[in-house]
Amino acid sequence: MGTIPSSTGTPKTNNIGLTVVEYKGGKTTLCAGCGHNAISERIIDAMFEMGVDPTRVAKLSGIGCSSKSPAYFMSRSPSFNSVHGRMPSIATGTLLANQGLVAIGVSGDGDTASIGIGQFVHLMRRNIPMIYIIEDNGVYGLTKGQFSATADLGSKLKTGVINDLPPIDTCALAIQLGATFVGRSFSGDKKQLTAMLKAAIAHKGTVMLDVISPCVTFNDHEGSTKSYKFTKDHEEPLHDITFVPSFEEIDVEYAEGETVDVTMHDGSRLRLHKLEEDYDPTNKIEALRRVAQAHEDGEILTGVFYINTKQPTFMELLNMTEEPLATLPEERVRPSREVLAECMERLK
Amino acid sequence: MATTDLAVHGSTGQFAGSRIVNDFSLQVATVNGSGSQSANTVLLRTIFQMGVPVSGKNLFPSNIAGLPTWYTIRANKNGYIARKKEVDFLIAMNPETAIEDVKVLAAGAAVLYDEPLKLNAVRTDLTFYPVPFDKITATVCPEAKLRKLVKNMVYVGVAAHLLGLDMTEVEKAIRRQFGKKQKAADLNVNAVKAGYDYAVATIEKMDPYWISRMDENRGKIIIDGNSAAALGCMFAGVTVVTWYPITPSSSLVESLIDYMKKYRIGADGKATFAIVQAEDELAAVGMVIGAAWAGARSMTATSGPGISLMSEFTGLGYYAEVPAVIWDIQRVGPSTGLPTRTAQGDLLSTAFLSHGDTKHVLLFPASPEECFTMAQDAFNLAELAQTPVFVLSDLDLGMNNWMADQFQYPTTPIKRGKVLSKEDRDRLGGFARYKDVDGDGIGYRTIPGNSHPASAYFTRGSGHNEKGQYSERPDDYRNNMDRLNRKFEYLRTLVPKPQLVVNGTSEVGVIAYGTSHYATGESRDQLRKEHRVELDYLRVRAYPFSAEVHEFIAKHDRVYIIDQNRDAQMFQLLKLDLAAEQTEKLRSVRNYDGLPIDARSITSEIASQEGK
Ligand SMILES: Cc1ncc(C[n+]2csc(CCOP(=O)(O)OP(=O)(O)O)c2C)c(N)n1
Ligand code: SF4
Ligand SMILES: [Mg+2]
Repeated sequence: MGTIPSSTGTPKTNNIGLTVVEYKGGKTTLCAGCGHNAISERIIDAMFEMGVDPTRVAKLSGIGCSSKSPAYFMSRSPSFNSVHGRMPSIATGTLLANQGLVAIGVSGDGDTASIGIGQFVHLMRRNIPMIYIIEDNGVYGLTKGQFSATADLGSKLKTGVINDLPPIDTCALAIQLGATFVGRSFSGDKKQLTAMLKAAIAHKGTVMLDVISPCVTFNDHEGSTKSYKFTKDHEEPLHDITFVPSFEEIDVEYAEGETVDVTMHDGSRLRLHKLEEDYDPTNKIEALRRVAQAHEDGEILTGVFYINTKQPTFMELLNMTEEPLATLPEERVRPSREVLAECMERLK
Repeated sequence: MATTDLAVHGSTGQFAGSRIVNDFSLQVATVNGSGSQSANTVLLRTIFQMGVPVSGKNLFPSNIAGLPTWYTIRANKNGYIARKKEVDFLIAMNPETAIEDVKVLAAGAAVLYDEPLKLNAVRTDLTFYPVPFDKITATVCPEAKLRKLVKNMVYVGVAAHLLGLDMTEVEKAIRRQFGKKQKAADLNVNAVKAGYDYAVATIEKMDPYWISRMDENRGKIIIDGNSAAALGCMFAGVTVVTWYPITPSSSLVESLIDYMKKYRIGADGKATFAIVQAEDELAAVGMVIGAAWAGARSMTATSGPGISLMSEFTGLGYYAEVPAVIWDIQRVGPSTGLPTRTAQGDLLSTAFLSHGDTKHVLLFPASPEECFTMAQDAFNLAELAQTPVFVLSDLDLGMNNWMADQFQYPTTPIKRGKVLSKEDRDRLGGFARYKDVDGDGIGYRTIPGNSHPASAYFTRGSGHNEKGQYSERPDDYRNNMDRLNRKFEYLRTLVPKPQLVVNGTSEVGVIAYGTSHYATGESRDQLRKEHRVELDYLRVRAYPFSAEVHEFIAKHDRVYIIDQNRDAQMFQLLKLDLAAEQTEKLRSVRNYDGLPIDARSITSEIASQEGK
């Protein structure tokens, strides 16, 4: 790949001169084979390949196995493992304080779709500029395998209990609520997930990625609809995704009409190569229809469902000064003596 | 005279010769949403401008329009501005409550009322002044739909004559109230004049209550506690504000929005702040903690129900050591309680908000001046000690207008606490976030965006060691909890010291905090005069208690603790802090009817406990 100049013997460096080691995290304490670990690896790849400075990244999470995972990637980035279901408010606050940060939030399906659904909804609605990842295994891993609200109808727990409530489709919700980059992927789909994450980094606005991430301990058995096998058998990619960063040349040419190119804020391109059907990811209504259709057909549709590069972010709407509010000097945040005198005069 | 029903029998002019000057309370009974607020403010301001110490308290229902509301103004030459239990002069404008309002008056009170209410039939031991408000209003306000509002100014005019208010001051107060709205000001001035002229021509003054010019208010301002808090936060350099509307805290943030829009937009037209209306109080405090973690001075304002929702996050703030400033403008609980009435009911819930061994810093402002200064204290403390700080105001302080000295420009620079820059980080070599380097229990932190490659740390609400690494080791847990305790002990020396009002005159003491201050001061005088009970007085201004609080209690045989709650929450908090032999000295005086505490109630309670 063009991004990573390599010379034999020395480790590859990215366009800001860092090696992939500098994007690693602590040693994982999650179960071997847990989908969450694979997602951490993809985040490392994407951040490294995109040349994101780790000290400009903030990692935010709630509570759950998934929410622990920020400890297992990018140790050079500050991280806040907060409380269950409330990562959105922590992320929002973090970005209010410093809108220059690259914020990546990691949540679980329980953390998001049950206890955290309220904050999730409002984060999407505000189009907070961040990457929000749901590591979706259909169960509460950390509390040992109860159903979550994304579990499919008819999915079976190890104990034989059958889920009889419909799932919340977090992608459909996110699209409807105002997120501006929404997609679904699979922890086992290395190529697709990395491409989506790279595009996510380039996007300005809320990126909501629901990543099917099997829980090998509590939800990977026969009868589960979030197992590796079931997901592999039912995954239906909408398109083949290539992401071309602004600093790279497009190297594969597709025939006219075969691809949809979306130009991102920084000039990079998200290239969606048509598989079976024409799909326009900038059409919100079509996106919702197609996600709903997949449920009818019992398929796990993956890909970038919706992208809108025009919507202003919440931070833009607030008209804040460009420098981080966190570090504004005293003379910019404490009005003068004259101002106080004027206020006092009015109150006399 | 037909229009003046003096209902005092027998003696002519019972009050002749006994004028009561600058010492009475006046109550206006109206209907919520009838626009009486401007008229009442004009009355308050006029008395203030005449140099007489005054306070105004709005007793309003949890309703937008249609329910009864009472506004009480107390003028007092000695500076007693607590609520007075008895009403001396009633302006009865609300047909719904008029009879009950009149029934509860003490004998000798005066009643100015809307003539059709025929209140003079209710009692014979009061002075009645019936006034045909509608008739008078019609003469000055041709527009029928404005009459409901203008009628209020007519009672101001009548009262101005009866109480001896200076009409030029009344007019000044009106013009100030309406600002640039010249036409509205003129209309209201005319209405006041019509009321005044009517009174001059037809009413004979028969009650003893008068206002006479003094010079006690020179240089003073009038402001509500919430606006004062807003100013304090702005001058404290707040940058991130989140909120979810709730009475009685909304006006704090609304006032802050106005001030910040005016004074915190840079020359480039860009804001040096962000104010976000969150989806609920969980999100509001979460955003505050997120912002503070990332280095911003951040705050939220709420009341009891919001405090309950903030529980889990404030525990995270305590344990992960993230600053936060939380204003709690207390109202009556439990649950929804009485949303528009005042209390000091959240001491225990905020002091220990959240599970486990959590404890928090509390500040207790008693005046607009302290709302202003404690806003700055709160931010400095929160950032110095890296912990949430609650400022416990209440509805009485927050939403009512108070006389105050002009606020002083901050004398100390903004203190951001132990935050390591990239250069600090370069110089120091190693970095362990929760290591007690200085022996005060407070570690050094970095904030996101620090470009030093090893400046990051992992913040978590789960068990951690000095480096912030996950740990379940018994010694790590215990050491961390002990360090947090050392920090809390150290905070005793950092928080605002108590005000030692009087000491060394008696073996009996009284401790009050927040808005009980005024009634406590007045009650001390009553106890001295009426019962020859002398009380030393200490006003607590913060939790954890500083050494002076302990010393005060140690010095006295008995100490009365004044609480505006049922469960004697300050009394309990003190008990937890004191040695056993000291706790026996504490006595409790409580007020919890939703009304601001008054001196008479304190006096009778203490007198009775003192066996008087
Ligand atoms: C307020 C609160 N309630 C309950 C819990 C217990 N709890 C911890 S993790 C979790 C569910 C996590 O599920 P999910 O977000 O799907 O993460 P996973 O472990 O599956 O990755 C629950 C209920 C908690 N930590 N906090
Ligand atoms: S319990 Fe499940 S979700 Fe948790 S670490 Fe193990 S495999 Fe992953
Ligand atoms: Mg899960």
